[in-house]
Amino acid sequence: MPSTYVNPRYAAPPPPASGREEAAVVIAGGGLVGLTAALDLARRGVRSVLLYEDDTVSHGSRAICFAKRTLEIYGRLGLGAKFLAKGVTWNTGRVYHQDREAYAFDLLPEEGHAYPAFVNLQQYYAEEWLVEACAATGLVDLRWKHRITGVAPRADGATLTVETAQGRYALDAQWVLAADGARSTIREAMALPFLGQVFRDRFLIADVVMHAPFPAERRFWFDPPFHPGQSVLLHKQPDDVWRIDFQLGWDADPEAEKDPARVEARVRQMLGPDMPFSLEWVSVYTFRCRRIETFRHGRVFFLGDSAHQVSPFGARGGNGGVQDADNLCWKLAAVLEGRAPDALLDSYDAERIPAADENIMNSTRSTDFITPKNDAARAYRDAVMDLSASYAFARPLVNSGRLSRPALLRDSPLSSPDAGAWDGGLPAGAPAADAPVIDAAGRAGWLLERIGADGGFTLLADTAQVEAPGIATLRLAPDALQDHSGLAAARYGMRPGDAVLLRPDQHIAARFRAGTATQAAIAAAHRRALGLAA
Amino acid sequence: MTLHTAPRIPDPDAFYEALMEAHRALPAEESRRLDARLVLLLANQIGDQAVLMAAIAAARAAADRP
Ligand SMILES: Cc1cc2nc3c(=O)[nH]c(=O)nc-3n(C[C@H](O)[C@H](O)[C@H](O)COP(=O)(O)OP(=O)(O)OC[C@H]3O[C@@H](n4cnc5c(N)ncnc54)[C@H](O)[C@@H]3O)c2cc1C
Repeated sequence: MPSTYVNPRYAAPPPPASGREEAAVVIAGGGLVGLTAALDLARRGVRSVLLYEDDTVSHGSRAICFAKRTLEIYGRLGLGAKFLAKGVTWNTGRVYHQDREAYAFDLLPEEGHAYPAFVNLQQYYAEEWLVEACAATGLVDLRWKHRITGVAPRADGATLTVETAQGRYALDAQWVLAADGARSTIREAMALPFLGQVFRDRFLIADVVMHAPFPAERRFWFDPPFHPGQSVLLHKQPDDVWRIDFQLGWDADPEAEKDPARVEARVRQMLGPDMPFSLEWVSVYTFRCRRIETFRHGRVFFLGDSAHQVSPFGARGGNGGVQDADNLCWKLAAVLEGRAPDALLDSYDAERIPAADENIMNSTRSTDFITPKNDAARAYRDAVMDLSASYAFARPLVNSGRLSRPALLRDSPLSSPDAGAWDGGLPAGAPAADAPVIDAAGRAGWLLERIGADGGFTLLADTAQVEAPGIATLRLAPDALQDHSGLAAARYGMRPGDAVLLRPDQHIAARFRAGTATQAAIAAAHRRALGLAA
Repeated sequence: MTLHTAPRIPDPDAFYEALMEAHRALPAEESRRLDARLVLLLANQIGDQAVLMAAIAAARAAADRP
């Protein structure tokens, strides 16, 4: 059916002749998250073997909404400009009830950020670019059509059984990143159950090609005239492709609903008789919000959909998974290089489980609003919609999806308490805020381009006096990097003499008021952020 | 603010009558939706998260009494 995209085919390498092989880091599964992890590790000089059961990227468009934080991570990995150039930028969401607008929200109501709230892009493009970037590093051993069929974890690694067309082999890995998706073979082999819920509802996801004049906004309808009693979501993608999600209800027959004639009739109802369109891709989903209990199991780490799944209304699945990779890879690199103890890797659980829970909580709330569980829930949902027509107070209760926001890592064991009194700005644990800057040569750029770019820690400060070994100082001052708009100082809550310590994944580790940013204090925060006793 | 449980409605009978009147002609489903609208309006009027949580807990607990 797809007419706008042809899946690339990659050559499958032969298995090792001896039937057995060793590798330091193995990434199991090369979807969005596995590929992101491979590239992040490669940017830090860490080699990996990536095993992938197929010989191409994602079939059909799954994720489309890439959130600002994800774009910033891809910016750090060198792919940000591609997302901006090809993707459809949007910041506004609009919610309709029946035939009127109920509520609109702007997800990025301020200037001074390199990336917008969201870019819509088909997942296969993202994966294709990641494959190319991984290959270009020369550090990722991409093994297409190498399917994992078993895993035997050990104290010092795990042995994976891998099947290829030319036979099977055993791969002894010191570290395994299990990014093999919702049906993770590794999770099943290790008998790790999912905790959470499956929603009794079905959704038809149709990608449609058309030259439509609709704006680049997220549009969501409750009970529209063209699909009564159910909800509909519309998103613009590149290549004149539009994503339409039709809520069908639990009783719908998933096979019958995929019949093209039936899908076309639904789309026709929505678009009216005059809009020419063709179907690009159709599937029917049931959604889940759940996770495994812990993401680290000795030398095996679960990330992305293998660790947690959410309904797509907040676009929190892929975006959450990319943040898993962002969180884990600098830590693994630091441990492999002997700069940090194994205990640093425990913070992956401490940081990413609360983040997954936040995504699950938000996605569950949205799904409960969209799919009321009983008569009372339906009455309240309808009451909110009734009231939202006339009363502003009811509009924030309308929940068509709370869109992906980065995790704040509030209680991270890697964060140090504030030094001095901070009354505003970003707290420790938060991802670094972007701001426009001008460098010493007069070139305009972005603050985030300079944080973690060398793979290490960064100290943001306005004086050269605060310096610490092993940490790159990024000096924000008129004679260095200029914060000409004052937005950096405002966003971080910094005053003259203050300093902020940032981790390699651009999260804040510690902040120091003027006078408290001593070398000893910075070194202690640095040690703590590396999982060393402070 | 804490949840008030001592009487505060100036004319309880008139309030109750108005409430019954609003429901009188409604089928069960619409009645339920009217109540839901009312709860939401009143909740916003209160506008205090702790009081709202206390009210939900009090409403649940009242059903458990013998
Ligand atoms: C309709 C829909 C819309 C969505 N919209 C969004 C959105 O807008 N934004 C968003 O952020 N997220 C969205 N998501 C979620 C997003 O697609 C997933 O969260 C994301 O793909 C997870 O990436 P992953 O790499 O963890 O898993 P996957 O992308 O599923 O990749 C896992 C990979 O592992 C491979 N694999 C599996 N088993 C084996 C094995 N035994 N051996 C070797 N390889 C194996 C698979 O072939 C696969 O390529 C959406 C999902 C759906 C279904």
